Amino acid sequence: MARIAGVDLPRNKRAPIALTYIFGIGRSAADQICEKIGISDERRVQDLTEDEVNRIREEIDKNWQVEGDLRRMEGLNVKRLIEINCFRGQRHRKGLPTRGQRTKTNARTRRGRKRATVAGKKIAPSKG
Amino acid sequence: MSRSLKKGPYVHPSLTKKIEEMNRKGEKKVIKVWARASMIVPDMIGHTIAIYNGRKHVPVYITEQMIGHRLGEFAPTRLFKGHSGASDKTAKRTPA
Repeated sequence: MARIAGVDLPRNKRAPIALTYIFGIGRSAADQICEKIGISDERRVQDLTEDEVNRIREEIDKNWQVEGDLRRMEGLNVKRLIEINCFRGQRHRKGLPTRGQRTKTNARTRRGRKRATVAGKKIAPSKG
Repeated sequence: MSRSLKKGPYVHPSLTKKIEEMNRKGEKKVIKVWARASMIVPDMIGHTIAIYNGRKHVPVYITEQMIGHRLGEFAPTRLFKGHSGASDKTAKRTPA
């Protein structure tokens, strides 16, 4: 069973692809790790030996920041931006994009699902 | 493309001069600046700099964490008061 950094790797996928299931390991990092350990791209996770899995685990533990640690660091970085009250911090606070993207339309990733505009919404408060 | 390291951080020359002057004399005065693109360098820690936002100078106390950011990041140029008929939730988001 290939369990690395607290994540179960899918057994029937090729090793570099399977590694990308770990938060913080993308295609580029996965390829680098496989090359360093000396695992061919074509090898599937189920075909890896216990020793190879251990070497991957060791490599990730030593040289990569993944999963919880990475999430914590990200959170701290955002917290710092918010604390110093800079422009990016204010954007984080409001849940809007931080890098100058347009918000007239799009920006749905940051702003969440579209809310339907209600016709006649303005009239309602004046009644009550 | 990022700025060449060879040049060092950009700080408006007259601002550098004023900061150095104050550090030498050990005094703390609010400096008004228009140089929003100037980077915050360690020399500025502990000073209060009034950064122009297009209308007035916003006083900002410089802390260690701010190093490497630009002055302009701390003095927003736009004031969003919310849309008409906006809900309470939106109103709360509006900065004071």
